Amino acid sequence: MLSYTLKRLLQAIPTLWIVITLSFFLMHLAPGGPFDGERQLPPEIEANLLASYGLDKPVWAQYFTYMGNLLQGDLGPSFKYKDFSVTELVAQGFPVSLELGMWAIGLALLVGIPMGVIAALKRNSTVDYMVMGTALAGVAIPNFVIAPLLALVFGVFLAWLPVGGWNDGHWKNMILPVVALSIQQIAYIARMMRASMIEVLGSHFVRTARAKGLSEIAVIFRHALRPAMLPVISYLGPAIAGIITGSVVIEQIFGIPGIGRYFVQAALNRDYTLVMGTVVFYGALIVLFNLIVDLLYSALDPQIRYDNE
Amino acid sequence: MIMNNATSAPPVASNSLGREAWRRLRQNSAATASLVLLIIIALACLLGPWLTPWALDEVDWNAFLAPPSIESGHYAGTDANGRDLLTRVFHGGQISLSVALVATLVSLVIGVLYGAIAGYVGGRVDNLMMRFVDIMYSLPFMFMVILLMVVFGRNILLIYAAIGAVEWLDMSRIVRGQVLALKRREFVEAAHALGVSSFKIVTRHLIPNAIGPVIIYVTLTVPKVILLESFLSFLGLGVQEPLTSWGVLISEGKDMMETAPWMLIIPSAFLAITLLCLNFLGDGLRDALDPKTR
Amino acid sequence: MLNTRTLVGSIALALSAAAPLQADTLRLAIMGEPASLDPHKISGTWENDVVGDLFEGLVTEAADGSRIPGVAESWEVSADGTVYTFTLRDDAKWSDGEPVTADDFVFAFQRILAPATAANYAYLLYPVKNAEAVYAGDAETSTLGIEALDATTLQITLERSTPYFLDQLSHYTAYPLPSHTVETYGNDWSQPDNMVSNGAFQLDEWQSQTRITASRNPYFHDVDNVALEEVVYYPIEERNTALNRFRAGEIDIAREFPTQRYDWLMDNLPEAVQVAPYLGIYYYAFNTRNGHPTADPRVREALSLAVRREVITDQILGTGEVPAYSFVPPNVSHYEAPTLSFAELSQDERLERARDLLQEAGYGPDNPLELMLRYNTSEDHRKVAIALAAMWKPLGVEVDLFNSEVAVHYSDIRQGDFDVARAGWIGDYNDAQNFLSLLESNVANNYGAYSSAEFDALMSEAANTQDMDARAELMAEAEAIALEDSATLPIYYYVSRNLVSPDLEGWETNIEDIHRSRWIHFDN
Repeated sequence: MLSYTLKRLLQAIPTLWIVITLSFFLMHLAPGGPFDGERQLPPEIEANLLASYGLDKPVWAQYFTYMGNLLQGDLGPSFKYKDFSVTELVAQGFPVSLELGMWAIGLALLVGIPMGVIAALKRNSTVDYMVMGTALAGVAIPNFVIAPLLALVFGVFLAWLPVGGWNDGHWKNMILPVVALSIQQIAYIARMMRASMIEVLGSHFVRTARAKGLSEIAVIFRHALRPAMLPVISYLGPAIAGIITGSVVIEQIFGIPGIGRYFVQAALNRDYTLVMGTVVFYGALIVLFNLIVDLLYSALDPQIRYDNE
Repeated sequence: MIMNNATSAPPVASNSLGREAWRRLRQNSAATASLVLLIIIALACLLGPWLTPWALDEVDWNAFLAPPSIESGHYAGTDANGRDLLTRVFHGGQISLSVALVATLVSLVIGVLYGAIAGYVGGRVDNLMMRFVDIMYSLPFMFMVILLMVVFGRNILLIYAAIGAVEWLDMSRIVRGQVLALKRREFVEAAHALGVSSFKIVTRHLIPNAIGPVIIYVTLTVPKVILLESFLSFLGLGVQEPLTSWGVLISEGKDMMETAPWMLIIPSAFLAITLLCLNFLGDGLRDALDPKTR
Repeated sequence: MLNTRTLVGSIALALSAAAPLQADTLRLAIMGEPASLDPHKISGTWENDVVGDLFEGLVTEAADGSRIPGVAESWEVSADGTVYTFTLRDDAKWSDGEPVTADDFVFAFQRILAPATAANYAYLLYPVKNAEAVYAGDAETSTLGIEALDATTLQITLERSTPYFLDQLSHYTAYPLPSHTVETYGNDWSQPDNMVSNGAFQLDEWQSQTRITASRNPYFHDVDNVALEEVVYYPIEERNTALNRFRAGEIDIAREFPTQRYDWLMDNLPEAVQVAPYLGIYYYAFNTRNGHPTADPRVREALSLAVRREVITDQILGTGEVPAYSFVPPNVSHYEAPTLSFAELSQDERLERARDLLQEAGYGPDNPLELMLRYNTSEDHRKVAIALAAMWKPLGVEVDLFNSEVAVHYSDIRQGDFDVARAGWIGDYNDAQNFLSLLESNVANNYGAYSSAEFDALMSEAANTQDMDARAELMAEAEAIALEDSATLPIYYYVSRNLVSPDLEGWETNIEDIHRSRWIHFDN
């Protein structure tokens, strides 16, 4: 297990390097620069600005400078948010996004798994259609519609919850964004759970268990649930990615200081260092979560052993 | 390496598989209803623009933000520029559905070929090819799409072809898993022994037998791309005026939910029904095509 | 809404989200996250909202935006208008109790113009002698025309007489900096722990993307008249979110609301809506470079004639924007703008004339005019662009709409890659010259590359004219030429759109939309 983990971590290095390099050059390929705005700066001012961020050098030279700084753990200054370094921005934003994301995933699992199981047990019945219809409504409406709708109903009309803001993570401020963020994930998880549950229920060992005369509840909880959850577990890796992408919208609409919003804004602002900072961070995060998910997977599924690799 | 999505279907003669699957699909009332609805929506989007009395970019100077009404001919109201919403919803549907199909098709072609080759050749090549897929998975997808939008700017089909080119990863994994499972089966070995070329084995025997999961994948990818398109529209990276899409219409409507709710409700309803139907159809197809769940 | 409230009254009370209202804390929604709180590193209007509360220049803004003495108590201007001698008030202090001295101004001016500071907005100080040369690195900072005669006497020498210079001194580019802390902390001086300021408020806390908190500065010279104890600035980029938070009582002032909600707001929250003319012009640039159809002034005039500005302002935007028939907005101080000659014609007459002009220029059914219209991403820009295309359609003009995000839009149109393109200008200072200079030959922001020797000559003559009336007349003459040439397509004059809680007093609308918190108080 340990050697497998080490091996995976070592493999992550070239992966991250390719991700960083590709993103770096793609970004510099995009038209427009960080200082192209409504107002053309006088040429001497633009020249001074470019020089002070090292943007007057050729792109490959900037690339080597960037990689050199990165190896020393320096992500550089943000072009747009001049009082903060990229490291500071990521360090401030990430815990917020993570907290939001974890609650959302947790909620999605809590709601999505039972929905999927119920639908699978009552397969092709009215209950199935109703449960899945409800769950799927979450993917049928874009979350940039759901989020303002929730804010309007619960924040403005009913005035039960704050319309926006983070307020240092107060639970009241968290409810609406977490719900808005989890709705899509609930749909995906319920759907996946239903499919794999159906598959497991038709498998030999469940039939054997039933044949042994175990009660249906025991069959489900003791035998079917664990293997049926495997696809959901392996989905959690990509789900983290989905949560971060989804939080672009949620963070923007609810005014939450996470890193999701930098992801898009920095790209649109051509804030090169901030873009790269989020890319590096995000890439590392995906590698890490994929590893965790795989390890979790092996813990749940006795058929997989990594030590033999 | 884990093959999450590898379902090892036994080889069935494709003809009877198709007939059997079709029979089972028809038994699933939700899937059948979805299929019918989808066809109706697609036809409406295709023919609708000819039936409404207004053109896509025609401005009714007397009806800015007019609510739905039968007399005025704006059956679904107008937008802030006085353009007929129903006409735009139909046109938007054409764009949304066609970009989804283009992106899915591109990802399908790349993913199927890539996965099939990796699975069939196996060994070191497979290892290398799958490593590359892993790297691609670590790329911040959203960021790549935004950059592609920025670099390509105008051409909507090109953009979605590009999205498809990023979306093929799942497909390649599924197909690879299928092929890996299939290639050790007797009929493939028999073909080998008969001297059939590798290319023919892949295209004639392996890919057709992996078709089940592929169809399911398509019904999953189409809604995914439609949603992605709407997300990009929300970011202001949608299609160029006067063209429109459901995503663009919804993101215009979301700010008007209190003042001109029809601008949100009508395109959202089209989008939601389409996505729901695609999902039900996908589930129905999965049930129908996966022999294990019989 | 009220019914819903009573229905769920008890639960609402128990769960009520709004923070307990402290009558001496102002909660202000600013429209973006500040790039910095260092006055030398900012360029947005929302940063001005914060920084302008923290600092005070030689001159400052009253509640109505008019200029009043700030750190300077009085000043004298030499007869030729080039030497300003300021006497600083002796009770001007930094928030750590240190006095604000003339040296702090010298320090600040030298710093913002130093090439290494790379300040975006340094060019606003170019009227100061040698400023441009210093910024370009061609002259020593010591040659800059600013000098501390003693601790409370400051002398600024200009390149030439600049009538709007005093107004400009209230801008954040001309704020003093606490030289004693900047020297200690370097670029970190503006961090919340280190920052010392001389305005009515001092910085307490800055949580990025969340809030900025400032409290009353006990050392401020006019502290007795500052009612608010604390100001909290919430950066909210989504206009609709700001509106909803205002409705929920989470903020007291929103510095902008979405145009399309104006009618709704007037029906539901009329007492909170503050709309006023704003010092800005929304226009389209015509590409006058060779090879573009818009190089022909007849084509430009025809296009301008066909635009029904009233439809755009009343039907499509409808927030009280004023249709524009000149380039310089009305209400600009000491200036009377000429208007487009066809302003008096009826719509039919205009269209008829437009058709004739296009025909003269060689366009007709067999040879339709094709235009590439570019605009940057925004709901309002999109609506105007669509309306323009629809208005030109009856002339047989085929418009290709091209939308791109802001960075691409401006870098492309500067390259001349357009026929007509969306543009806008918000005045840096309240003077017609700031707008008209956009149309001088070879100016960076002259997107369409309009060039008229006559126009340039009049503008340079105006620049050298000290008599305010004569100067205004010369500029008006220049503008008339540009209008005659259809140099640009003015569409409307901007309005400022604020939501201000009716519980507040001391808010006065003004053309520059500058509102300092020191004038605001709760009506108890």
